[in-house]
Amino acid sequence: MSRFIAILIAMMMLAGAAFAVAVDEKPLDDPAKEAMARELMKDIRCLVCQNQSIEDSNADLARDLRQIVRERIAMGDSPDNVRAYLVDRYGDWVLLEPPVKPQTYLLWASPFLFLALVVIAVARRRKAGPPPPLSAEEEAELRRIMADEEARE
Amino acid sequence: MQRFLPLVIVLALFAVFLRMMTLEDRNPNEIKSVMIGKPVPEFTLPGLLRREAAITDEFFKSGQPVLVNFFASWCVPCRAEHEKLMQLANEHGATIVGVAYKDEPSAALGFLDELGNPYQRTAVDRDGRLAIDFGVTGVPETFVIDGDGNITYRHWGPIVGDGLEAKVLPAFEAAQ
Repeated sequence: MSRFIAILIAMMMLAGAAFAVAVDEKPLDDPAKEAMARELMKDIRCLVCQNQSIEDSNADLARDLRQIVRERIAMGDSPDNVRAYLVDRYGDWVLLEPPVKPQTYLLWASPFLFLALVVIAVARRRKAGPPPPLSAEEEAELRRIMADEEARE
Repeated sequence: MQRFLPLVIVLALFAVFLRMMTLEDRNPNEIKSVMIGKPVPEFTLPGLLRREAAITDEFFKSGQPVLVNFFASWCVPCRAEHEKLMQLANEHGATIVGVAYKDEPSAALGFLDELGNPYQRTAVDRDGRLAIDFGVTGVPETFVIDGDGNITYRHWGPIVGDGLEAKVLPAFEAAQ
């Protein structure tokens, strides 16, 4: 039993190590710059795994890109400069959040366009007003069905 | 007519998606290169072969088109495309620069000894920085550079199947 617990504890400790492995490099000496670099890494797409940021990817290329981010921040580059450096090589795709520019206006506007469509559809339905009153035959049919239901009970 | 509108919309979307799915050579993992039209990045790297001098970006301004192939001995698809590179060099007289990406020089040399050397010049990119400057996302990748040193084409992944005849050769010829 105690052995089982020991193994369990060992496994939990290993699991912790697995979480910590993604950013395993030497952080920058200046904590403010390190924080800036880490924040920026969250915005950069890993080109190998594609739906992860380089901050939490284990891919080799992601590690190299983290190193570049740290180097450039240490050299005094602003996060925007570093982003531009990466976009120059890999295109906008390297940014997890697409930039707002003429090619992406439609992308950014699309939620509002859909909202506008819904508003228009609702307004048109409202305008149509309540359904017309029942005709004499329809009234009779309704009364017959209701009577049937009551008779069954 | 109005009542068929939703059906028409759905059918139209279906046609669009079907077209996208069946497009030839569409690879959802492939990221479009933004390096096309840009000059070769500046670099100086040591050569891989014995007694080979260092190579710089000046090499690409000779007036002749050149291919740049990123490879590694540990890369399996590189092995698959190697035969096509040999063909490019031997039958089409192409000048190919081989860049050993994140590889032990001795291992990369062993790879060329085993499969043959299609490269006229080689470079050792130990830390993969040149690859990043080219916007490479993984090996193998092959670039066509025109005589002025501008990148005109990028082939993503191994050159296999009809990739050589259908894509790389036309791009290489266009760069002449």
